[in-house]
Amino acid sequence: METLLLLLFVFVLAAFLGFELIQKVPSQLHTPLMSGSNAISGITIVGALLAVEHTGEMGKWIGFAALILATINVVGGYMVTDRMLGMFKAKSQKKK
Amino acid sequence: MEQFINFAYIIAAVLFIFGIKMLGSAGTARRGNLISSIGMLLAVVVTLMKGGLDYTWIIAGLIIGSAIGGLCAKKVQMTGMPELVALFNGFGGLASVLVGWAEFAKDPTFSGDGGKIVGVAVVLAILIGAITFTGSLVAYLKLSGKIGGAATVFPMQKIVNAGVLLSIVVIGILFVISPSAGLLYFLIALSCVLGVLGVIPIGGGDMPVVISFLNSCSGLAASAAGFVIFNNVLIVAGCLVGASGLILTVIMCKAMNRTLANVFFGGFGAIGAKQDIEGEMKAISTEDAFYVLEAAQSVVIVPGYGMAVAQAQHVTRELGEVLESNGTEVRYAIHPVAGRMPGHMNVLLAEADVPYEQLCEMDDVNPTMETVDVAIVVGANDVVNPAALEDEGCAIYGMPIINVHQARTVFALKRGQGAGFSGLVNTLFFRENCRMIYGDAKETLTNLVAQFKE
Repeated sequence: METLLLLLFVFVLAAFLGFELIQKVPSQLHTPLMSGSNAISGITIVGALLAVEHTGEMGKWIGFAALILATINVVGGYMVTDRMLGMFKAKSQKKK
Repeated sequence: MEQFINFAYIIAAVLFIFGIKMLGSAGTARRGNLISSIGMLLAVVVTLMKGGLDYTWIIAGLIIGSAIGGLCAKKVQMTGMPELVALFNGFGGLASVLVGWAEFAKDPTFSGDGGKIVGVAVVLAILIGAITFTGSLVAYLKLSGKIGGAATVFPMQKIVNAGVLLSIVVIGILFVISPSAGLLYFLIALSCVLGVLGVIPIGGGDMPVVISFLNSCSGLAASAAGFVIFNNVLIVAGCLVGASGLILTVIMCKAMNRTLANVFFGGFGAIGAKQDIEGEMKAISTEDAFYVLEAAQSVVIVPGYGMAVAQAQHVTRELGEVLESNGTEVRYAIHPVAGRMPGHMNVLLAEADVPYEQLCEMDDVNPTMETVDVAIVVGANDVVNPAALEDEGCAIYGMPIINVHQARTVFALKRGQGAGFSGLVNTLFFRENCRMIYGDAKETLTNLVAQFKE
């Protein structure tokens, strides 16, 4: 029970922090912010890694599927965000 | 070892926090993304140090996932970004469902330390994750045009949705009290259904809201999965994403002057009330349009989803360039909800190398609109519909728009005479100062550019 309260505490603090972090975002960054944070939500990958250890056929297969999906989310999300932001950057550099 | 891993998780969480913070401003965004990816790498690596994992399976999973994700990220065209983001989002949601499910498979009676709390967390992870998954899939199908983008409504829709939600709550409670595989499958299935039901009544123009909302949900699902396995880093990172996604959702709603509830339950765009409008739509040839543009001092280009569909962003930039070399001041006015995801137009124009300085936000452009000689509307519709300002009975009344109707002349590039996405007739097209240039936007613009070059 104590652990749970601690985790809930962390959750609440993180929520407030999240709201504080991004108050004013210029609209040209809306898409990168979204796909970049989408990649972060792939943190489930940690849960998936731990799930693969489970003994029993069923649990392992489920964990394996979760791992693949979360990895797609993480790797794809970060790469596509970087590609997008690269375009933004190249442009402002070109503009002397 | 356990302590070391937990300590590393804290560092990873800090990296995520910095990463998100830096993503919020233009100069640091790319580094921010890199920093958050380092946080992710750290989290994964230290997790692998935990003993007793099955590395063969893990390495196989990581390789397969990286290959698919990397390929998608490399191959995708910028016009396909909304679909891809929706798809990735859906995968993240499904992964959270599976993490919840795997925990149940490991400990079917929730007899571990967490007790019933784990059961509650499993239910939440499955519910939110499954809604994110199927909701994102429907959004993906709509965005990629595989199913119609319009709102799908059927009789008693709200009652059906409420019924499904209620059943989920009841089954969820039963599952926590006495866990069983049958109830779990039922829970997963119903949550998936709810995701579909929740998104089908939302039309394409509201997609920016839906996408950012689903993004927020995928974060919350990860957070719930964190409660399932009592893992700090999942809770923090997921919650950060949930909060930032929610902020983006609210920004999008504000840009349409609607509430989130209205977007989800309004069934907007399904009803096409007939309006009576005076005047008629007047067409203009590209030749005549060219003469007007040649004489213009100041031009504002307003892109919309139609530009993305026609893949016209490059030729739009070309037109901007020839106009500039002709001594005209050129700006691009971007409505916050133009397109199908937040910031959609910015991404497309950035891909086409439009200088950052020329992209203007709605609030900066509107006060200067009366001094603009020509406003060129490229595939935008509702975001320039003056009915939003004037006609109280109209469905988008109150939505801030780009006031192109105040410009001296408006050229609207449009494929045909049909109504826009919302099903509303755009009163702009009937104005005295508006001229329609029919045809594919890309062809029309290419034509105009060619005439400038002659």
